[in-house]
Amino acid sequence: MHWVHASAFVVLLVSGLCLYLPSLAEIVGRRPLLKSIHVYTAVGWLAALVVIVVVGDRAALRRTAREIDLFDRDDRAWLARRGGAPQGRLNAGQKLNAVVTAVFALLFAVTGFFLWYGERDTRFRFAQTVLIHDWLMYVSFVLFVGHLYLSVVHPTTRHALSGITRGWVDESWAARHHPKWAATFDVPRQTVDDDR
Amino acid sequence: MQRQRRIEDVSLENGDPRPYGRRAFLGLSAAGFTSFLWAGPASRIFAPLTSAFSQMLADVLPVGGWRIYTISGSMPVFDPSTWRLEIDGLVRKPVSLTYDDLRKLPQAHQTSTFHCVTGWTVRNVRWGGVRFEQLLNLCEPLPSAHAIRFVSLEQPYDDSLTLTQTRLADVMLALDLDGAPLSRPHGSPARVVIPEMYGYKGVKWLTRMELVAKQPQGFWQKHGYDQDAWVGRSNGL
Repeated sequence: MHWVHASAFVVLLVSGLCLYLPSLAEIVGRRPLLKSIHVYTAVGWLAALVVIVVVGDRAALRRTAREIDLFDRDDRAWLARRGGAPQGRLNAGQKLNAVVTAVFALLFAVTGFFLWYGERDTRFRFAQTVLIHDWLMYVSFVLFVGHLYLSVVHPTTRHALSGITRGWVDESWAARHHPKWAATFDVPRQTVDDDR
Repeated sequence: MQRQRRIEDVSLENGDPRPYGRRAFLGLSAAGFTSFLWAGPASRIFAPLTSAFSQMLADVLPVGGWRIYTISGSMPVFDPSTWRLEIDGLVRKPVSLTYDDLRKLPQAHQTSTFHCVTGWTVRNVRWGGVRFEQLLNLCEPLPSAHAIRFVSLEQPYDDSLTLTQTRLADVMLALDLDGAPLSRPHGSPARVVIPEMYGYKGVKWLTRMELVAKQPQGFWQKHGYDQDAWVGRSNGL
């Protein structure tokens, strides 16, 4: 889910910037080709999301969705004080990021659809569509830079990158930064195939 | 493998889990959709701010709100030594003008607003150039001529205006934008300007004016866009 989103976002951002910035429009040109790349990537991204739900572990997806949905007292304290309360597998900031990403994905898809379809059926051409699509891009670009900073640069958080790429994180790091999640694990002493 | 406890078991222990996630999702999405109502006015209010910001970053960001659209692989390059503006068709005297010839004609100046049919606008655009009356005087259109077909160096882009439309007070063949000769992205050396209509009627990288009896279907008309692209009352807007 994360990597479908991430790869589609980067391709859409780069192709979108070539469509949007005069300097890139001049250097890169090829507008008809870039439009196709942009539109087909968006369609492919939506299709991939559907495939993930149909073919993937829906139980795990539901668990994660529930995790993102529920903000307990610690989450709310963490948001109010920007830290200082124990967090689960996803801290409150990560939950918010997931929600905002989903909202933006929806709004991007809808405005993108109207931009494409409005050219073909002018009943769906609205002057505001491109403005909304633009501002979504400006805000999501800023959020994306922040996301990259925390996941790649910032010393206390960048270890999370291991989790999203390799599928595991260091236990002591988890105990320090996601203690309510670390508390759910037994200390590993042997490999035992248990029931799940 | 360890047995894992489900995460919500842990959350509940710390009390009072609230479904802020879905509320935030629904609330933000709803707010996002309402932007269809307020995006236009908000954009107008913030335009001076975003324009100033754009100016700071030169032409990395759309300067003052311009976007550049093309229909082909790359933008035409203006070569002053070989470029000509051909004016032919239903005329008594076909002419072939060099860039210097255009510069020697009386120059007009105006400040207008540019509207793109896709929804963005640039205000206070300073244009400098030649009124079409000057060019028509040179070629002497025949009585059967009622429109001009404008042909771009960027093939196959073309569009047209009626002779009546070319006589509107702020219609011109522009050579300058904001005090400087047109840059390549902006259609050097010459572009048609008609502020009352959407920008697609303003052919860039102009190379030929053909006087015709009737307006033909140009590039965008063949894609279903209106021939008379009046701002605010055409193309579904």
